[in-house]
Amino acid sequence: MISSLYLSFTQYDLVSSPKWAGLANYIKMFTNDPRYIQSLKVTLTYVFVSVPLKLIFALFVAILMNQGIRALGIYRTVYYIPTLLGGSVAIAVMWRKMFGTGGAFNQFLYNVFGYQAPDWVANPKYALYSIILLTVWQFGSSMIIFLAGLKQIPQEYYEAAQVDGAGRMRRFFNVTLPMLSPVIFFNLIIQLINAFQAFTQAFIISGGKGGPLDSTLFYTLYLYQKGFTFFEMGYASAMAWILVILIAIITAVFFGTSKYWVHYADGGK
Amino acid sequence: MNAMPKLQRGIIHLFIIGMGLIMLYPILWLISSSFKPSYLIFTDLSLWPKEVTVDNYVNGWAGIANMSFGKFIGNSLFLAFMCVLGNIVACSLAAFAFGRLDFSFKKILFALMMMTIMLPYHVTIIPQYILFRNFGWIDTYAPMFIPKLLATDAFFIFLMVQFIRGLPRDLDESATIDGCGPFQIFFRIIMPLAFPALITTAIFTFIWTWDDFLSQLLYLNSPAQYTVPLGLRLFLDSSGESNWGPMLAMSVVSLVPSLIIFFSLQRYFVEGISTTGIKG
Repeated sequence: MISSLYLSFTQYDLVSSPKWAGLANYIKMFTNDPRYIQSLKVTLTYVFVSVPLKLIFALFVAILMNQGIRALGIYRTVYYIPTLLGGSVAIAVMWRKMFGTGGAFNQFLYNVFGYQAPDWVANPKYALYSIILLTVWQFGSSMIIFLAGLKQIPQEYYEAAQVDGAGRMRRFFNVTLPMLSPVIFFNLIIQLINAFQAFTQAFIISGGKGGPLDSTLFYTLYLYQKGFTFFEMGYASAMAWILVILIAIITAVFFGTSKYWVHYADGGK
Repeated sequence: MNAMPKLQRGIIHLFIIGMGLIMLYPILWLISSSFKPSYLIFTDLSLWPKEVTVDNYVNGWAGIANMSFGKFIGNSLFLAFMCVLGNIVACSLAAFAFGRLDFSFKKILFALMMMTIMLPYHVTIIPQYILFRNFGWIDTYAPMFIPKLLATDAFFIFLMVQFIRGLPRDLDESATIDGCGPFQIFFRIIMPLAFPALITTAIFTFIWTWDDFLSQLLYLNSPAQYTVPLGLRLFLDSSGESNWGPMLAMSVVSLVPSLIIFFSLQRYFVEGISTTGIKG
């Protein structure tokens, strides 16, 4: 870590020894590297679209499953499978094929709605969203955590609320959500940290280049390119540090606001 | 809530099943396509192939660049096995130390360890890469499993510390009275009881190593050392239309180990996820 911090202030190409460069790497990043700004934009879009969607889906399905229905185990398994397999190259390859030209998804749209869809993966406008969809698809582990959380909520609260005349929606907003807020918070932080580090899918789906037109140039992908394709180790280290700081700031913001919306049963700790 | 009408219950079931099918569709598509002849993959939408062929599997297994796909699988299995072994040994020892023994700076060290969980992997890859390069470890598996022997997967240490803390201390005390030292307590008391935590660690280490792409991409250069993810990428890079079939077939093959582990050890999965919030 320390050496990474040191390297971030240097120019180092693995062959010659590191040259002290002061803040040059950091300055270049923000003033003279449009691809860097682009990668930042892509990652932020990805994080702030995919994480909430994923959590909403996970919570929604978890609540459905928590209605005391039978065969819960089977459903849980089915919904978890995408998450289990999702991180692998195989799934990324499959995704690329399904949403590409002539892929199953487009043919479906064409056959059912007669709509000639664009190539989702090769079109700069949609490529990022196809990756986001892939991420949201893997909501299984958040869902299982939500399910476990839902089971912790004592039934009496619901009964009491019902006696007080609270309808379904009121019960959800006034009992379920507050009681579940620590779990939501936990899931949110975990997913945020993971989302910032997404790499495999972007790499495979974009063919390792962040294309088309840099529309899927994830931060980590650019870092990889800088460090291991162009061997600008110093620059890549600087990028890594900005990423750490970014994650730290965002996590800190959520922790800071958490006391206003996260409800702990023991009155906060 | 208990008195939910039958109709409503049925609707919920239908809805969950419907959504589940949509969720599984891509995977089913992958499996069915892998059995279709190449020319049908993109023209035949149905999940049930009109023509079934195993050519894709035969061709895929024969591999690429003179490497059989079996070789990639062997490499991946070897690497995953070493990582599992390293993590189980090292993390359980470290967790025992944090959970049971007293030593100076324990709190600070524990906090430091927890911080490394939050730290993105990407901050350390560059210095790590330079370090391992100086060791001459590039193009070997050493960079991926040697660190595990030093208990670097803080996440699993945390998991086991939590578990060990939940075991009653009386057991240790009675063992001490019977004349057990720390090591005997570790092997005879803690390890057998912490079995579920060990299994969870083993499962997730295996799957993460199996699916890991970035570090294998960085450290392995020659195709003879390639693991499954890198092998699949070779297929992807050389993708003419004719190659899609074998590639999809090998994708299916690459998913099999994870599925076997998942279905045989499902209980530990759900426990592991819901108690610690492991990501999938």
